[in-house]
Amino acid sequence: MSSVAITSKVSPLDALQRWLPKLVLAPTMLIVLVGFYGYILWTFLLSFTSSRFMPSYKWVGLQQYQRLMDNDRWWVASKNLMLFGGLFISISLILGVLLAVLLDQRIRREGFIRTIFLYPMAISMIVTGTAWKWLLNPGLGLDKLLRDWGWEGVRFDWLVDTDRVVYCLVIAAVWQASGFVMALFLAGLRGVDQSIIRAAQVDGASLPNIYLRIVLPSLGPVFFSAVMILSHIAIKSFDLVASMTAGGPGYSSDLPAMFMYAHTFTRGQMGLGAASAILMLGAVLAILVPYLYSELRGKRHD
Amino acid sequence: MIKQNKLSFSRLAIYATLLAACAVYLVPLIVMLLTSFKTPEDIRSGNLLSWPDVITAIGWVKAWDSLGGFFWNSVKITVPAVLISTLLGALNGYVLAMWRFKGSQLFFGLLLFGCFLPFQVVLLPASFTLGKLGLANTTSGLVLVHLVYGIAFTTLFFRNYYVSVPDALVRAARLDGAGFFTIFGRILLPMSVPIIMVCLIWQFTQIWNDFLFGVVFASGDTQPITVALNNLVNTSTGTKEYNVDMAAAMIAGLPTLVVYVLAGKYFLRGLTAGAVKG
Repeated sequence: MSSVAITSKVSPLDALQRWLPKLVLAPTMLIVLVGFYGYILWTFLLSFTSSRFMPSYKWVGLQQYQRLMDNDRWWVASKNLMLFGGLFISISLILGVLLAVLLDQRIRREGFIRTIFLYPMAISMIVTGTAWKWLLNPGLGLDKLLRDWGWEGVRFDWLVDTDRVVYCLVIAAVWQASGFVMALFLAGLRGVDQSIIRAAQVDGASLPNIYLRIVLPSLGPVFFSAVMILSHIAIKSFDLVASMTAGGPGYSSDLPAMFMYAHTFTRGQMGLGAASAILMLGAVLAILVPYLYSELRGKRHD
Repeated sequence: MIKQNKLSFSRLAIYATLLAACAVYLVPLIVMLLTSFKTPEDIRSGNLLSWPDVITAIGWVKAWDSLGGFFWNSVKITVPAVLISTLLGALNGYVLAMWRFKGSQLFFGLLLFGCFLPFQVVLLPASFTLGKLGLANTTSGLVLVHLVYGIAFTTLFFRNYYVSVPDALVRAARLDGAGFFTIFGRILLPMSVPIIMVCLIWQFTQIWNDFLFGVVFASGDTQPITVALNNLVNTSTGTKEYNVDMAAAMIAGLPTLVVYVLAGKYFLRGLTAGAVKG
């Protein structure tokens, strides 16, 4: 009898306690379901419609994707992304690893040097783009500096050269992100078991050899994370293009993110823009899914 | 960290390389500063690294005249968005780490995907929604957008931090009759200072530096500073005043740079939190 009385007395509070966590999480659940997945679905739907300046829900099937495939500018943007992404990722990785290994040699003022390598990561891509646009200014930037310093014949006008403008984006992006790769790898290097390295040294292995054969191969997961984050940055790169080249000259330095923005919000091609956004999502998923898969598998093995 | 064989030449080469790299990383900042203090004539006659003939703040004054209002827009957007998203992230992380229920892990997985979402794929529906809510082209609308799309990261930070807190601590408090918010406020919050710093700094840099949301969801007087900077630099009317451009870029970049210099440790932890396994 008494136990019944107790439970009935406690239960409202108890029930509240049981529901409180879910209640607290509820707004975020709503945000995630609607703002993430609902909106993705919505964009997906729009990509099958003939929407132009305003959303319309007239079904046109795969027509927008077909138009995208026939669109020269889209192909330029996609090829630029491959070129930009490939160069940006590999150069950032090489530079970042090199700097991390050098910084790992018990360097005096290491913290200070690290701060210098990483500061570009703190500023906006718009600021980075503005700065590099000025540095690469044909006529007044590095172009002039090099000539003033005695290299008379040098012309450095990549920013207005349709074939080379993508390299300008690469330079700026590498400047911004390579310090971050350095930081990732430095953290990884600090976690490497020092006794293995000492043993190799006792065996007479040289330092570069130890790093190439033993230390770096053990940092596989860090490589993986770095590549994933860098490719994510590359696919989303919009600010840098907007501020440095606005896609120009012509549309020679367009990237998919820029293409999507231009068609959706300034050229009144909403359906086409939605289709390009869906393809961008596809690209991110293509990188993300293997990553998550390996992460989950790794956890199961632990 | 590796024991050094006493090859002073290789030590010298390492230091030389590192110093050269430092110089390369610093050049853009130095050039921006030098250019911002020059006169337009000086910019045309000198070069990127030449010292100004006369140091003048006219570029900074003009830049502030055109960007000052947008600077405050950014403040108005960033401050509430950072605070609210951090608070929500802390509560979410607390639930996901300490009060698991059926489906909470699945939900965490769904949320995590938000960290990698290319925002292009939600821009259109988000702009329709802001329009319906009457928040199109307002700073409050941008606060809302940043809140929604920042929540994945803030939750991730706190969830991963709280997962490493021993369960026993919370279980003991529960046995003592402490409730949901008591445990959060009395036990977890006091030990959360480092992760709160990481989260605040991460969100501050993300939101202050945002361009995509700003350019899509704001116009005219409500634009954040990044959009205003881009408009200033990429307008083709009149003669280009590079000193003004560079001063404007410095103004837009300074808040996050200052935060980075003061709290670099937390900034780095935020950057690596998502990357190195949590």
